[in-house]
Amino acid sequence: MRVRAQIGMVLNLDKCIGCHTCSVTCKNVWTSRDGVEYAWFNNVETKPGLGYPTDWENQKRWNGGWVRTRSGKLQPRQGAKWRILANIFANPDLPEIDDYYEPFDFDYDHLKSAPEMQAFPTARPRSKITGERMEKIEKGPNWEEILGGEFEKRSQDYNFEGIQKQIYGEYENTFMMYLPRLCEHCLNPVCAASCPSGAIYKREEDGIVLIDQEKCRGWRMCVSGCPYKKVYYNWSTGKSEKCTLCYPRIESGNPTVCSETCVGRIRYLGVMLYDADRIEQAASVESEQQLYDAQLDVFLDPNDPGVIEAARADGIPEDWIKAAQQSPIWKMAMEWKVAFPLHPEYRTLPMVWYVPPLSPIQNAAEAGAIGSDGAMPDVRSLRIPVRYLANMLTAGDEAPIVSALERMLAMRAYMRGLTIDGVRDEGLAARVGLSGRVIEDMYRIMALADYEDRFVIPTTHREQVEDAYDLRGGCGFTDSNGCSTGISKASLFGGAKRPLKMPQEAGR
Amino acid sequence: MHEILFGIYPYIALTVMIVGSIARYDRDPFTWKSSSSQLLRRRQLIVGSILFHVGVLVIFFGHLVGLLTPIWVFDALGISHGAKQILAVVAGGVAGIMALVGGAILLHRRMIDPRIRATSSFWDMAIMWMLMAQLVLGIGTIFISLQHLDGEEMVRFMAWAQGIWTFDPNAASYIEDAALVFKLHLFLGLTIFLVFPFTRLVHILSGLAAPVRFFLRSGYQIVRSRRTTPLPERPKVAGRSVRGPVAAPAPKAAE
Repeated sequence: MRVRAQIGMVLNLDKCIGCHTCSVTCKNVWTSRDGVEYAWFNNVETKPGLGYPTDWENQKRWNGGWVRTRSGKLQPRQGAKWRILANIFANPDLPEIDDYYEPFDFDYDHLKSAPEMQAFPTARPRSKITGERMEKIEKGPNWEEILGGEFEKRSQDYNFEGIQKQIYGEYENTFMMYLPRLCEHCLNPVCAASCPSGAIYKREEDGIVLIDQEKCRGWRMCVSGCPYKKVYYNWSTGKSEKCTLCYPRIESGNPTVCSETCVGRIRYLGVMLYDADRIEQAASVESEQQLYDAQLDVFLDPNDPGVIEAARADGIPEDWIKAAQQSPIWKMAMEWKVAFPLHPEYRTLPMVWYVPPLSPIQNAAEAGAIGSDGAMPDVRSLRIPVRYLANMLTAGDEAPIVSALERMLAMRAYMRGLTIDGVRDEGLAARVGLSGRVIEDMYRIMALADYEDRFVIPTTHREQVEDAYDLRGGCGFTDSNGCSTGISKASLFGGAKRPLKMPQEAGR
Repeated sequence: MHEILFGIYPYIALTVMIVGSIARYDRDPFTWKSSSSQLLRRRQLIVGSILFHVGVLVIFFGHLVGLLTPIWVFDALGISHGAKQILAVVAGGVAGIMALVGGAILLHRRMIDPRIRATSSFWDMAIMWMLMAQLVLGIGTIFISLQHLDGEEMVRFMAWAQGIWTFDPNAASYIEDAALVFKLHLFLGLTIFLVFPFTRLVHILSGLAAPVRFFLRSGYQIVRSRRTTPLPERPKVAGRSVRGPVAAPAPKAAE
């Protein structure tokens, strides 16, 4: 056993309102630069739909993730090491920027600078790559917003596997949900495994997966390796970039920008202890449907005295163990089993988990019935097909999804009974395998979701491994290239440096 | 003049290449990259890039082995100078055509495609033109080579190249009588060495190093730790190996 700690995330899709605040704040902080205008470290998709980049979930097309070979070993789906190297001159599995979208801006200046004309001036789009006029915008970062586009196209969604999808194209039967996505900070990341230069690594102390910008050479195998398509090639710097889980914030005990700004309060951050020695075994179980259970087995119970002892021996700080015991991630993923990994079948053991959304009961009569007697409706009559959620979250295994949805419905019914009638319906709780006390705890974490309950983030203990004296006068977080401000007009080594805007005194 | 171009210039070019590359790797590693433009336009790149790179690599290693292997090695192996020249002409010719075709596709893409053109730097363009000119000159030398198949002129080039590396003061004199196209080819080649560290060509070094590092890496994964001392090894659960996708935490000092 080798105990390691990881900051995990859970997104409660039942509460996501699709406002894109997470995406916008993330973009403003991390990707408002040349070369990554098209990149959204966090984006929110409307499902069903093909997503961003188009059809990213379909690994028959993109060859992301891992495959289990006949001998039971794992290798990246795009190929073993020699195969990856053979593709280094031209990567056949790399998306083109049009699979995301061609970044554009509008001629806003024209609105105020246009001469007097007969027609009202308009702000027309311009490509951010070439600077040329774009006559028609064909695609954007959120092209399918609220089921935009025809069902025929959107129904190519990978999660419709095994579903008679035609009826969901009918107006009366249509359904939708939001899926905010970011880097999964996997336990078994394919991006890191695919990098010939070894520039991508997982941090031992908090599990954050990062790209060393000074070691990245732009071979772009990580982009095709990642099945979630959450590694982006910066076409300006020639390096790959990805979500950093806002590590400077996490290190100081603050939630990521996307979590902090989530108005629906759907995001949770907390510590999970896991056994690093069990990762390989868990990721290579034969059946794809066992991968969810296998990943649960990798996690270690932070209340188990044996685990605590091993964690201390492996150098996990005391406050991290304490945080793991209070982790909202542990509660939702392990205790209540209401959160699930996104596409476990990619075998990456992702660490951003999702609580599946409830949806209206299709039959109006049944919908009326729940209000009157609090009886549990059949979750299979929910508008979003259980199979659809299962294809997304459990490799198609419906039982865990059904159980989670029932628990969430039971939570609503129980709390309704408690607040309106003042009755603690233990029978209802028992029907879903919980107790009233647990349901009230669920309600506190999942429904009320106070800041301190959502974010249990211990600070990083750099003082134990770094000598602060050596760091004095350092330059903090820079855009690579050491302490250089990048202000010099010319660079000896090719390419104009991107100017860094330094704050200037007012009134000069 | 001949002495300056082929006796002194090679040392200037090689020194700038080596010192410049070390300086860039050390001072500005963020700029060390392949500058791939595949994301912006896939069309033309797949076929062009593969033809170009495979062709150039064959030519590069052909020149490396052909010029720098002492001639007595070939004599000892019983390979006649004429046979070696024919091998060089055939292999170099085929690879040269591959690289030229691939390069032409890539250059066309870089000049014509609005996205690639807009994102190309001066040196991206310049180095491509230099390489194309070098390929044309190199293929041009074949026609002269074919007029004398005894391999003796080739041996003189070998003597020059090896003379440069062994600091032979007479190195330049060995190729005094070579045809102009050869001399242009040599001069341009040295100039490409000279500009090497200031262009995207530095990715060649990473391209040669990456496979070594990739294969030497145990398993696939990389975990970085801030620990200054590694954790003690712990007996493994019986029958379960820990080698594999996740490598043991490498003791690595904080960055």
